[in-house]
Amino acid sequence: MPTRRLSIVLAEDSLLLREGLASILDRAGHEVRDSVGDGDTLLAVVRKEPPDLVITDVRMPPGHSDEGLRAAAAIRAEFPSIGILVLSQYVADAYLSSLLESTTGGIGYLLKDRVGHVAEFLESLDRVASGGTVVDPEVVRQLLARRRNDGPLSALTPRELEVLALMAEGRVNGAIAEQLVVSEAAVRKHVGNIFAKLQLDDGLDRRVSAVLTYLRG
Amino acid sequence: MTGWQALASPRFLVSSWPWRAYLYLFTSIPVGVVTICLLLGAAVTSALLSPIVIGILLLPLFPMFGVVIGWAERWRAGLMLIDGIKSPHAAMPVALSLRDKLKFRRREQASMRSLGYGFVLGVLVWPFSAAFAGLSATILGTTILAPIIADTDEMGMGPWTLNTAWEGLLFTVTFGPVFYAVSSYLLGVLAAAEASLAKAMLGPREDELQRNVAELRRSRLDLVDAFETERARIERHLHDGVQQRLVGLTMTLGLAELDLPEGEGRRLVVKAHSEAEAALADLREAVRGIHPRVLIDLGLEAAIREVADRSPMPVTVSMILDSRLPPPIEAAAYFVVSEALSNVAKHAQATTCQVAGRREGQLLIITITDDGIGGATVGAGTGLTGLVTRLDALGGTLVVDSPPGGPTRLRMECPCQLGD
Repeated sequence: MPTRRLSIVLAEDSLLLREGLASILDRAGHEVRDSVGDGDTLLAVVRKEPPDLVITDVRMPPGHSDEGLRAAAAIRAEFPSIGILVLSQYVADAYLSSLLESTTGGIGYLLKDRVGHVAEFLESLDRVASGGTVVDPEVVRQLLARRRNDGPLSALTPRELEVLALMAEGRVNGAIAEQLVVSEAAVRKHVGNIFAKLQLDDGLDRRVSAVLTYLRG
Repeated sequence: MTGWQALASPRFLVSSWPWRAYLYLFTSIPVGVVTICLLLGAAVTSALLSPIVIGILLLPLFPMFGVVIGWAERWRAGLMLIDGIKSPHAAMPVALSLRDKLKFRRREQASMRSLGYGFVLGVLVWPFSAAFAGLSATILGTTILAPIIADTDEMGMGPWTLNTAWEGLLFTVTFGPVFYAVSSYLLGVLAAAEASLAKAMLGPREDELQRNVAELRRSRLDLVDAFETERARIERHLHDGVQQRLVGLTMTLGLAELDLPEGEGRRLVVKAHSEAEAALADLREAVRGIHPRVLIDLGLEAAIREVADRSPMPVTVSMILDSRLPPPIEAAAYFVVSEALSNVAKHAQATTCQVAGRREGQLLIITITDDGIGGATVGAGTGLTGLVTRLDALGGTLVVDSPPGGPTRLRMECPCQLGD
């Protein structure tokens, strides 16, 4: 069960998926305040009464291109405190840059398939709602493949990169330790090294900032 | 080979060409007579019937005479022009009714030209041919038969009078070859000139040739375009239909997992869930092969970066494109890069690979270079062959430079615009 009851606006043009999502959120005890089928209605509904969290599809009518992303960017600009979770039928890191333009507020970018893993999905939801960043493992994999050798990340050891990748997926230290089969203290040490090696923005959560540095390559 | 070339040959007199010239000139007689009778007959009929309108209605038939005359004469010209004369008529658009087909031919300039040729043939060409070839054949025949004729009768040939077979024979062997040589060259020139006239009036003009080439190109381009549209449609269908349903299924299965108590039933649902996810992953991979979504949404550069990311070896991508290109061109370029990278991964044993793309004027140029073992060809079942055809239809080319020992360099060039 969730740590707190979230008020959520859902934007998804497929009725099938909208109802599936709504029933999952409903069962988890969240309030689906509105569900809409296109970007403009999403903006209108959010402006009327800002929710805690917006879940939106990337492609929606009328153009079926990136209406969801554009609505998300507009919401982020007007209401930085609303967490935004973008769901996509397929993922491409190319879409990520437009999502990560701002550094405040929770943001998430997940494949729609992940919704079926209900417990993990709800966890991601909570993280986004409380200002965290959640990026689909598939996108992280793509980014890892692209990692350049001259970026700020070149200073990190392979192990530290691994830890950072898991941080980008939104995992806490305990979960990272479990995944890498090391002690939580070791993870904390790696995280400390990462923070030290990357030149991070002041005034931001260091963890979020490190992840953003990572995602921007 | 043409009549003119035959005339220039030292073997002209002992070749079949003098006889071809005779045949060509003589056959013009029946064709010419029929043509002029037909044309005069039709003209007179039209004139007579014009008071009751039918005559005027007959006028559109005239270009059709031209079509028939042209057809027959192009065939006959094969005697003097070994390669024949190509038809100047445009390819008939498919699925026309007979009436529309006639209308199409009637309106062609080539039909009117053929009609004009028919008139020239009927009025000038055949009387000329008949006079010269007839006279020449008569003299030649008489000369050959001189020994026989002179044997029985006194025979006057120009300034000479022949009284005996011996005199006739002497005449045949002295005058015969000279006359054969002179007359053959004269008739050869006449026949070749007539054939050239036929070719000039019945053959395709330069613009008609170019139009045919343009038509071919356009229809190939249409095909590529239709192909692209169809792929996009299939992609959309899979993406918005099948994939959505599978995602819905994984959601339902996820919910069911929550409700079920630990046990066999739950184990099966979890299994079903992961199978549905595998199906989704497969479907996503298939859609990528049909028409990648990133290509549609974000363009060539993003799509190439994505395919480079999925490659097992490090691929450096540098693309400088300031604007989107027409979808068939983007798709062709994407699949060339995609296929090239998968070939590099499979065969080249390369450690790095570079993809570079830029626009030079109206040309899109993409090069794919690896540091592998080389020895690649476009044929050899690389999957690039189909892409070469596709590029070709767009007016593009693919060059593979792959010496044994490497490096391999693929260079793709394609015009940035569809059509001419």
